[in-house]
Amino acid sequence: MTAPAIELKGISKAFGPVQANKDISISVQPGTIHGIIGENGAGKSTLMSILYGFYKADAGEIFIKGKKTLIPDSQAAIAAGIGMVFQHFKLVENFTVLENIILGAEDGAMLSTSLSNARRELKHLAEEYGLNVDPDAVIENLSVGHQQRVEILKALYRKAEILILDEPTGVLTPAEADQLFRILDRLRAEGKTIILITHKLREIMEYTNTVSVMRRGQMTATVKTEETSPEHLAELMVGRKVLLRVDKAPAEPGATVLDIKGLRVVDDKGVERVKGIDLAVRAGEIVGIAGVAGNGQSELLEVLGGFAEGTGTILMNGSEIPLSGHGADGQTRRAVGISHVPEDRQREGLIMEFSAWENTVFGYHHAPEIQNGLLMDNKGIFAEAEAKMERFDVRPPDPKLAAKNFSGGNQQKIVLAREIERNPDLLLIGQPTRGVDIGAIEFIHQQIVNLRDQGKAILLVSVELDEIMSLSDRIVVMFDGHITGERDPGQTNEKELGLLMAGITDTSTVAGNGNTTPPEQEVHANG
Amino acid sequence: MDFLTLLQVLDTSVRLATPLLLACLAGLYSERSGVVDIGLEGKMLAAAFFAAAFAFYSGNAWVGLLAGVGASIVLSIIHGLASVTFRGNQLISGVAINFLAAGMTVLAAQSWFRQGGRTPPLEGAARFNPIELPFAIGPNDAAAAERPLSQLIAEAGPFQQFYSELISGHSILVYLALLTVPATWWLLFRTRFGLRLRAVGENPAAVDTAGISVVWLRYGAILICGILCGVAGAYLSSALQAGFVKDMTAGRGFIALAALIFAKWRPVYALWACLLFGLFQALELRPDIIENLTGMKVQVQLLGALPYILTVVILAGFVGKAIPPRASGEPYIKER
Amino acid sequence: MDKMPKWADIVLIPLISLLLAAFFSALVILAIGENPIEALNLMIDGALMRSAGWGYTLYYATNFIFTGLAVSVAFHARLFNIGGEGQAMLGGLGVALVCLYIPWPHWSLSILGASVGAALFGALWALIPAYLQAKRGSHIVITTIMFNFIAAALLNYVLVEMLRPVGAMDPASAKFPDATHLPSFQDMFSTAETPLFRGAPANVTFFLSLAACLLVWVLIWKTRLGYEIRAFGQSETAAKYAGISPVRITVIAMLISGALAGMMSVNTTMGESERLILNSTEGAGFIGIAVALMGRNHPFGVLLAAVLFGFLYQGGAELALWTSIPRELIVVIQALVILFTGALDNMVRHPLEKLFIALRRRNA
Repeated sequence: MTAPAIELKGISKAFGPVQANKDISISVQPGTIHGIIGENGAGKSTLMSILYGFYKADAGEIFIKGKKTLIPDSQAAIAAGIGMVFQHFKLVENFTVLENIILGAEDGAMLSTSLSNARRELKHLAEEYGLNVDPDAVIENLSVGHQQRVEILKALYRKAEILILDEPTGVLTPAEADQLFRILDRLRAEGKTIILITHKLREIMEYTNTVSVMRRGQMTATVKTEETSPEHLAELMVGRKVLLRVDKAPAEPGATVLDIKGLRVVDDKGVERVKGIDLAVRAGEIVGIAGVAGNGQSELLEVLGGFAEGTGTILMNGSEIPLSGHGADGQTRRAVGISHVPEDRQREGLIMEFSAWENTVFGYHHAPEIQNGLLMDNKGIFAEAEAKMERFDVRPPDPKLAAKNFSGGNQQKIVLAREIERNPDLLLIGQPTRGVDIGAIEFIHQQIVNLRDQGKAILLVSVELDEIMSLSDRIVVMFDGHITGERDPGQTNEKELGLLMAGITDTSTVAGNGNTTPPEQEVHANG
Repeated sequence: MDFLTLLQVLDTSVRLATPLLLACLAGLYSERSGVVDIGLEGKMLAAAFFAAAFAFYSGNAWVGLLAGVGASIVLSIIHGLASVTFRGNQLISGVAINFLAAGMTVLAAQSWFRQGGRTPPLEGAARFNPIELPFAIGPNDAAAAERPLSQLIAEAGPFQQFYSELISGHSILVYLALLTVPATWWLLFRTRFGLRLRAVGENPAAVDTAGISVVWLRYGAILICGILCGVAGAYLSSALQAGFVKDMTAGRGFIALAALIFAKWRPVYALWACLLFGLFQALELRPDIIENLTGMKVQVQLLGALPYILTVVILAGFVGKAIPPRASGEPYIKER
Repeated sequence: MDKMPKWADIVLIPLISLLLAAFFSALVILAIGENPIEALNLMIDGALMRSAGWGYTLYYATNFIFTGLAVSVAFHARLFNIGGEGQAMLGGLGVALVCLYIPWPHWSLSILGASVGAALFGALWALIPAYLQAKRGSHIVITTIMFNFIAAALLNYVLVEMLRPVGAMDPASAKFPDATHLPSFQDMFSTAETPLFRGAPANVTFFLSLAACLLVWVLIWKTRLGYEIRAFGQSETAAKYAGISPVRITVIAMLISGALAGMMSVNTTMGESERLILNSTEGAGFIGIAVALMGRNHPFGVLLAAVLFGFLYQGGAELALWTSIPRELIVVIQALVILFTGALDNMVRHPLEKLFIALRRRNA
């Protein structure tokens, strides 16, 4: 047996009081694709960042091709033949592809020779691996898929033998993801070693040779992919058997609450993100919007929530709400009965430095019942916050604690408590369980269904197809700012939705008929 | 206005633009690397004092220059510690450095020379004296002809006037400052260092993951900034004037900052911006010229405020948009 | 969990930073050949041991309370207002116009009028940078710096060309009418037997500044506007989500900030010089930065820091009088305070955080 391409022994890393990696050992054979799977916060990215020299481990050893190697910085990792494609690309946006590729790997002090050498080498790499990118294109003008190629080319240009990819398909359409995996296959065939970090069991099952599972900073198992099953992996990830089926009765939709006609949204860079949408949500139903991130769902929620502007007509309970200018703001939206659990609770839904009690009125701080003359009724708000945190099982139940000190799930519960308890007619909810631990997911899903059963309208946006399929009463798919289809969750399957998410509306070949087994329930755990 | 008067005004503009240009390019290196520096003023001031003090003690302007650069670098390192090593607020650090220089220079001047916060006047080799270029009419010709220099130049042909009045007769630091412009352009856009410098100001994470030290790159830029501010300060006290007086930078560091924005962080534009602001300062000294030109009484206060007003107009985006390097002002913290 | 207890953040860190600043100040005094202990004694003696010293200390503190509050209100909205100096200059112009051109029957009315004038002019001078920041994204630090210079030029112009009495040489306005004379501490607290605060410029404006502290505290921590300002300062994206208009908050926070900075001139222009002079602000607008940083943007902290700087100012004047240490020593101390409590905050914070984490581990 050949020496492993990579061997980690006893890696530990703490960030302040948080133990991100605890005594982790792993060994990866050359010429294979090795998957690392785990829940959000399990420590996958930290471990790989240590291997890439981006963070320094507190303890442990790294062996590359059987030789003990010190990796104090990325320079050392590159020298050891390691390349990494981060989840958030590390590219200089206003540089050309070529400039990004030579950055840090220049041939000498003068740029001109480096650039011409790189141009030649790039052509060679493009032919060898099918990685075509215009070397003179400026990064910010490239699609996400192409930017990712530049990242891979950067690693190959540095003669990487080991390539780490951190959640590479999160921002890709299914077609782009397929292309990526074809490239990775080719790299593996050339003898490169690939480490794939993902939270998608399907990718692990389809493309990897071996897989390691991480949970709460520890490595729980390493198995051959062919000898395992998704169910088994899911169990390893969360540490117990999980049943993510949501208990809910069939919907009993009532009157139309939200009626969107011809909505268009142009972002601040002048790109049209929503290209004329018609959509209605009725009382007592959950409408789920499926789609790859970045296809206009976020902008749709932002316009509905009043913090982006759009054009078109939106009727809320039959009366038109302004989409730009005066009245197109969160305050006015809340006043007409729209509550909003935003996609990014840390940047939008909460003020991380504020205490929990202050956060429980965020957005509703003008409500008359929490005023005390000219001042805010802080005592009343505090008491109410205590009760809310109790009802929503927020832990620890301490209203004085700053929002940043709660776990992701408990932060989300604070937001949810605030938004649901305002008794809205319409709840907008984006990525309800992103970065939320399994226990909290069940609770959050139940709250959403309860609200529906009280006859409220709910518009759900999630990039987790499984979540959409298990929660929604109707599924609407968005691609490139358009609605590409609407399906009944009982009458469709992941394949069909996947095609719609890629903009392919002819789904006759894969359409589900509802008689086959319902879509398989996957475990959510985001990277 | 006759041709010779125009030349005289332009000549003064060049002299006054030189410290602006050096400081502006200093700021350019720093901000291109992602470190905002509103402490240019303080570094120049410190350099002006130490240059004058050491030039006075040694009788050698170059020794003064070295001391000035040294003082400026010390302040640069403080700024680096605050904004790079300890990832503090770069603006607050800059403010602190300005006050530190304003206070320390007077304290040191009083302690060393006891002349009310100034250095003794510099003479001879303690100053950077004008250089007479070949074939130009200069003080030597005037001495030989035993006539005033101004008369000789007034009698010369237009080209000779242009050459002798505007091109020749500046101190070496003026020519050095002008050379710094193409050198900076070349360094920034034609070398590996420049590529990395521009990259670290746009996206330090890209530089870090490419295996280059963000810290050292930024310190490098800050150091260059210190050197150029040092030269600018030395020029003020030992070339433009003969000795240090309290607060002698008089807001030049901020005008340089304004010029940097005006120039959209590009070296060649910086030259034009600084020459323009230098012209304003030259005209402020000669309000009679504008009065003759426009037939109106012009407020010198207005002229003095013009660079600041122009910068606000530019910043407001009414005349083109000034977009700073994307990562400037932000300390680099590896995401957690 | 927080990395360290709250008291360490509020008390320990500023204290250590202050001690560091004091230590380096002592080094500076040593370096120019004086004795730091003696210097400190002299300063305490001159600034705190006599009522007249206190009269100066509190006069300076009044200025710094206003400018410190100005900087801290802006800081709460994450706006760095370096323009306090210019706003205070314009505030002085407002005071002068109110005092010169409105016939006041009594000082109690005139101080109200002058406060309004000062606040209005100061706020107006902050309005343009605020508007440009909010609407056009022009960096407020740069624009407020520029506006300081423009204010100086403008004031120079107004004084020389418009307000200077005919025949007068120095660039200053005419003396204000007697009815606008504000009671000084001497007027208020001296009796025939015990003269107090003799000749000191501290005046009734000091109480105005205390009221300002209280009002700012209520504003920031107890009102919806304060809630919105703090929320906007912490996260602009979250503010937008909550329907808090960034433009509105930026403009309002800067207007309040400018008004507070402008009101400093009630103390200097009306309370002390009783006419508008060219350099009445004397850098107090900048000291507000140090005061706000040291006071951790809390009105009570600002009050304490302002009194400390008042003491330094008065003490520094005494030093300049009795020793060869120039007044610029104060500028150095000010710089060191800004450096250690502001820019080098992490230098103190990080080791302390590590210490507290280690302590917690050991106890766990």
